[in-house]
This record gives sequence, structure tokens and C-alpha cells, in this order.
Amino acid sequence: MRHNLQQLKSDKLALTGIIIILILAFIAIFAPYLSLYDPLEVNMANRLQMPSEEHPLGTDQLGRDLLSRIIYATYVSITAAALATLMIITFGVTIGAIAGYFGGIVDQAIMRIVDVLLAFPSLILTIAIAGILGPSLMNLIIAMTATGWVGYSRIIRGSVLSIKEKEFVEAARALGFGNLYIIARHIIPNVISPVVVIATIDMGHIILSITGLSFLGLGAQPPTPEWGTMLNEGKSFMTTAPHLMIFPGLMIMITVLAFNFLGDGLRDALDPRLRQVMMMK
Amino acid sequence: MKRYIAKRLLLLIPIMLGASILSYSILYLAPGDPAELMLERQLQGVPTQEQVNAFKEEHGLNDPIPIQFAKWLYRILHGDFGVSLRTEKPVLEEYFSRFPASLVLFLLSQAISIAIAIPLGVISAVKHNSKVDHFSRFIALFGVSVPNFWLGLLFILFFAVYLGWLPAFGYGGFAHLILPALALGVSGCASIMRLMRASLLDVLHQDYIRTARAKGLCEKAITVKHALKNALIPVVTVIGLHIGHLISGMVIIETIFAWPGVGRFLVESIHARDFPVIQGFVLIIAMLFVVFNLIVDISYTYLDPRIRYE
Repeated sequence: MRHNLQQLKSDKLALTGIIIILILAFIAIFAPYLSLYDPLEVNMANRLQMPSEEHPLGTDQLGRDLLSRIIYATYVSITAAALATLMIITFGVTIGAIAGYFGGIVDQAIMRIVDVLLAFPSLILTIAIAGILGPSLMNLIIAMTATGWVGYSRIIRGSVLSIKEKEFVEAARALGFGNLYIIARHIIPNVISPVVVIATIDMGHIILSITGLSFLGLGAQPPTPEWGTMLNEGKSFMTTAPHLMIFPGLMIMITVLAFNFLGDGLRDALDPRLRQVMMMK
Repeated sequence: MKRYIAKRLLLLIPIMLGASILSYSILYLAPGDPAELMLERQLQGVPTQEQVNAFKEEHGLNDPIPIQFAKWLYRILHGDFGVSLRTEKPVLEEYFSRFPASLVLFLLSQAISIAIAIPLGVISAVKHNSKVDHFSRFIALFGVSVPNFWLGLLFILFFAVYLGWLPAFGYGGFAHLILPALALGVSGCASIMRLMRASLLDVLHQDYIRTARAKGLCEKAITVKHALKNALIPVVTVIGLHIGHLISGMVIIETIFAWPGVGRFLVESIHARDFPVIQGFVLIIAMLFVVFNLIVDISYTYLDPRIRYE
């Protein structure tokens, strides 16, 4: 592991990725202190201004300061992506561990559900569920979780199958611990590490999904500052105020690029066993 | 081989049954009474209790849900996907009148992806660790990171608004197709290119390639005639896996470019809560997707004789 970390440290792209992510996290956490204006404050006298000294990135169609909105949107978009990832992992790991540990009919039933979910192109079902639940950022995260857990549960199921017959699990069983306790305390801690790595690699994809569906109007709703929603609002003013669609998109790209830099580095630093797990997904 | 295909086709039945249950249950995910929601759309106002009751009676929504589902499935198996609440035309007709537009966009963007990715990947692998290699790998990372909807908007801004070369959106001749296909194709090419590079690099280090070199074959012949064929197998797999992403991306790109395809109609129907269309479209897309995946799987055996399904 230490060798891997060293390899990661010497990987310039991965290091760049980490630095960008840290900066973005800083912006997200300290958004209220970094922004000069209230991101929701409407000022019609100032609408659609080009970047100036007063408004470094200009103003939008309602005269709101674009830089302040982008700063707050960093908080909204990254928190949403982190929450979605966390929920997908929680469900994926729990369901996968249950399938792998209990086996038999439970496993069969879960795997058939997985097969059915895999019959849909990734985002189609997410879009339908998010739309029907009603457009909001929380419903979007719920929809993404409902369809996103599948990949993780397959990985976890595979790993659990391979360790559940090991002596330490049998010892725990012999000591009379309950199944759920064994899964939570002995099985999951032993299979979780590849998941953390894969989740980092997946983050870029999740951010693209959240901003993309928000762009379609199925996620964060105006006036919430969110990159995808801002792009959607700004696209109508493309000819007169192109900065409204350039900067939010740029932020999405930089964020996704940073996670992909880091993800690529992680992938290179991984041992071959983990690489195989990645391929399975 | 025939047995394998028959087995796969049989396995499709439970999967499609599951997919249809899932598609049908979309109706009951909506907060509130689906009958009221649908009527509200139709009448452009709050329906009275009598209207709701009549609607429920007419559409069989008073039956227990499993019975409703069975009736729905029965109709679908007879080719009746219901009628759109918005356009009042049959769902199946709505789907297949838009399918050609989506298919054309799909094929062209896939062709653009492959046309960019394969040569770049090959050059990158052959000139391993050179400046060309670093450059194309950077482009690839860039390609997976740029949101396709933003790329689409930038293309409109640059090629349609500033340069005025191409129409910004709508449906018409080939000119209308270029920008959406380019936006989809460019953002999709990265993963194919990376795999092409990795796969060719892997093959170029194998023994039979060394044999070919020892025979005195020129490097070009080795790459093109001997290595590329084997290196393409995993690439085809990824192109197959990629279809799902491409279909998802098309939903967004069609919406941006006002392309009259299946994806845009689906998004519009979702916003309008046109349940028969959403259920029908989601199910038809899943059906086509599953069949397509099966065809990809079977085609491997022809590409790679080493793969034998039992």
C-alpha cells in the first residue's frame, strides 16, 4: 500500500487532481465568506453585464453576481455528488453483502433484480424516476441511488463470496454472533477498500450525471445556484451574454477533470487484483 | 452455438418481464393519484371527483395493481402501448416516427467516435511515450471530462452563432445533423481511444508479434495485419458497453439541439407527466438495448474464434 501511495505521489496528474479537489472543497466549505454578493439577490438594473471589476464574471439575466452564484453552486453540486456517491455506496455495499453472505434464494432474487436494472441504458431509468418523483435535487439523488447501486453490489457480492468461508468468519459464527453483526463488523470492513477507490473514479461520472440532469430541469430548481441549472438558464442568453454558459460549464469540466486525474492515478497505482475488480464493473 | 443463442433468448423472457414490471410501476412512483395527475394535464385544471372516477373506470385504474399490470402487459404483448395523453396518438407510433431521427444521430456520432478514437489510439500505442502519445492521452482525459451538453452549447455558440456555418438546431438536411453528432461523438471517443491504446500496447508485446518482427516484416505490416485484429476485440466490447452511455447522452443532446428524436420526446413527456409515453418508451428502449447487447455478445464469437460459449 505504501508503495502505491508513493507511486501516486510521483504522479503529477494525480497530484494536480488532488490539489484541484482540495481547492474546490475549500471553495465549497467557505462559500459564504468567499462570495462578494448574495447569490439570490436580484438586481434588474444590473442584468446581463459582461465581466467587470465590480462583477468579476459579470451578472446573469436577473442581475445576480455570477461569481457568487458559481461559488455557491460549487457547494451545491459537490455536496449533491458526494451525497449521491455515499448513498449509492451504502445501498450497493449492503445489498451486495447480503446477497453474497446469505447466498441461495436471497442471492438469486437480488441478482435477478440486478439483471433487470442492467437491461436499461444507465441514465434512461434515472431520468424517468427523477422526473416522475418530481424535479428536485433530492429526488434526483434518490433516482440515481435507485439505479446506481447495481455496479457496487456486484463487486461486493463477488468479494464477499470469496471471504465468507475464511476462518475468521467461521470463528465469529462459532462464537455465536448474529449474521448482521458478522456482516457489519467482519465482512464489510474486509471488502470495502476497493469500493472507496472505485467511488473516487466514479465521482466524475456522478457529477456529470447530476449536472446533466439538472440541466434538463430534473435536478436543482431555480433560483438554486447549481452548475447544470445555471447552464440551462444561461443558454437562452447565449448570443448576448455567452459568459453565462461558459463559466458554469468550465467549472463542471474542471471538477470532473480533477477527479479523472486522481482516478487515473489511482488506477495506475492499484494492484492487478483491483484492476480486475474494476473490469468486472 | 445455436444452443447458446437459444439459451440467451430464453433468459431474455424473465428479464423483459422484470423490465416491464419496473416500467409499469413508474406510474405509482408519482406523488399523488396518477388518475388525477393525468386528468389535470388533459383538462388543464383540477378535475372533479366524478371525472376522476370516470377516468379510473375507463382506464381500469380501480382494479388491484397486479390485475392492472397484467392487463397492461397483455395489451403490450399485442402491440398496444396505449395512447399519449399529450398528442393523443398511439405510443408505438410516437416512438417509431421518431426512431429514424435518433438512429441517424446515433450512427453518425458512433462513426465519429470510432473514426477519431481508433487512429488516435493506434498512433498513441505505436509511438508509445512520445509527444504524440502524451498529447492524445491528454485529449482523451479531456474528452471524458467535458460535459457533452456543454460541448453541444459551445459548438452552437461557435459554429452557429459566431461563424454562422451550421444551423444551431432543428431538423432538416445533413447540416442539422453535424453539430449534435459531433458533440456526442467527441465526448464518446475518449474511452474507446484509451482502450485501443492499452489493448494494442498489450498485443504488441506478445510473442507472435516478436516472431513477425524476426521474420523481417515491416513495422507497419505487423501493426496493421497482425496486431490490430487481436487488439480490436476488447475495443468492440467497450463500444458495445458504450451504447448505453450513448443512448443516455442522446437524451440530453437531442433536447439541446431540438432534434426530433426519441430522447427529446421522452424528456418532454416526463415534464408533462405523460405516463403512457414514459412507460412505453422506457420499456421499448430497454427491449432494443437488451437485444442489441445480445447481438454484440454473439458477434464476438465471429470476431474471436477463441471465445466459445457453452
